[in-house]
Amino acid sequence: MSAPTDARTEQSAPPTTGAVDVDVHHDLAAVEELFPYLDAHWRDYVVERGLPGFDTNYYPQASPMSVRPDLLRPDGPPPATDPATVAADVLDRTGSSTAILNCLYGVQPMQNEYLAAALSSALNDWQRERWLAVDPRLRASIVVPTQNAELAAREIDRTAADGAFVQVLMFVRDRMQLGKRFFWPIYEAAERHGLPIAVHPFGSFNHPNTPAGWASTYIEEYVAQAQLFHAQVVSIVCQGVLARFPELRFVLLESGASWLPPLMWRFDKDWKGLRHDTPWVDRAPSDLIRRHFRLATAPLDVEGPDGLLRLIDQLGSDEMLLYSSDYPHHHHDPGVGSVLGLPDDLRQKVLSGNARALYPLDRGGHR
Amino acid sequence: MSRHVVARTDELADGERKIVEIEGRSIGLFRVGDAWYAVRNTCPHQSGPLCRGYLTGLLESDGPGEFRYSRRGEMLRCPWHGWEFDLRTGQSWVDPTRLRVRHYETTVEPGSALLTGTPPVAPGQRVPGPYTAETYEVSVDHDYVVIEF
Ligand code: FES
Repeated sequence: MSAPTDARTEQSAPPTTGAVDVDVHHDLAAVEELFPYLDAHWRDYVVERGLPGFDTNYYPQASPMSVRPDLLRPDGPPPATDPATVAADVLDRTGSSTAILNCLYGVQPMQNEYLAAALSSALNDWQRERWLAVDPRLRASIVVPTQNAELAAREIDRTAADGAFVQVLMFVRDRMQLGKRFFWPIYEAAERHGLPIAVHPFGSFNHPNTPAGWASTYIEEYVAQAQLFHAQVVSIVCQGVLARFPELRFVLLESGASWLPPLMWRFDKDWKGLRHDTPWVDRAPSDLIRRHFRLATAPLDVEGPDGLLRLIDQLGSDEMLLYSSDYPHHHHDPGVGSVLGLPDDLRQKVLSGNARALYPLDRGGHR
Repeated sequence: MSRHVVARTDELADGERKIVEIEGRSIGLFRVGDAWYAVRNTCPHQSGPLCRGYLTGLLESDGPGEFRYSRRGEMLRCPWHGWEFDLRTGQSWVDPTRLRVRHYETTVEPGSALLTGTPPVAPGQRVPGPYTAETYEVSVDHDYVVIEF
């Protein structure tokens, strides 16, 4: 299967032709899919304990604002579990040239870090053989057991040699704030391999699902995601991750972007008076944020191309936004309409240019 | 350019300050060791009373968790929002090229020189002092701090 390469030569080319879709989700139909990639001990462990799998129910599938309704086929496979279907949906139908797979299987919430490490390795091998190997347009994020940063770094070292892995996936909710030194071995490995860190909503249940505590309902959790990102951006900047790893980049997935400019403004203002707390932050936080952070467009929290232009203006950079579909999830607006309405040069940057500048896509997919 | 005698050198110990008013402007005079600095008591940010803030040191860092503290007592931190200014240059730490507080040249001169008429101070004259309603008594026995204005 191959995608049309030049949008303009194709009369009926879909509007996102050539786009890099930085947030596509795939899933296991059943935990048994991992068995070929688990060693005998862990395979037997799962079987003997009768473990049904490690799905997290981050997105109750039939909940509104969750899985695209057209993908919920009662008689078909669970959404996003078949590589050919996913490739057809996110690449062939849209014209996108590249899709980055982010696996949300529930590794990070578990308490057993060795099981988490074994599952991470298995998931990465599963991604390689079952997904990346069947379509050269696919790329993937490395799954890591963030419970143990040393094991996570080892998994990055093991996996990054394969050029189809283009980033490391973490979650906005972990056992502690992402700026803490606990996680630095992960950042060290990611920087060494030239891979950004993606931060996705949800994650460990060892931390409340809103910054203020446990939400009672799905809507409360869903709406509060951006506040978790808020706290993580501040932590990553203040704890000196960017001073220590100057080449590292973070990609904030599925969290909108309109919340960031007010944070940058306030962060700069407060830093001027409070910089003694963190003297290694030796320049305005907004400068660091513009340099080190990227944001995916789905779901976009501004209205239309005008809203998006205003947002880009407020961010003070046209290099921060990356197009994403968030397949198979759907929100009120994946943002594609707004992106397509941008002036040519900006549209090109958001659809693909910014992602190509960020990700080592030229290391190659499979086949 | 006029010269204003604003203090006797033994009035202020190391680390002390005095706020004076010259031609309607509030100015802070600081003693750091044997150096004297004078800066406008109006913060360039939002006009806070800068010279009433803490005198602190220069805090720098070579990396996360590392604190390099030097030049103790030479950085002035505004009491309103904490912006820091270098007493020596008036430059703000956060934006040194664009933001600085007005600072003034100071000299220390013996009373004898002031009285014997290094211009523009005429011999025997009382030198106009820092308080609009007063003049500053200069005597030959002391050294004085003079602000060039
Ligand atoms: S007025 Fe001085 S820091 Fe704001």
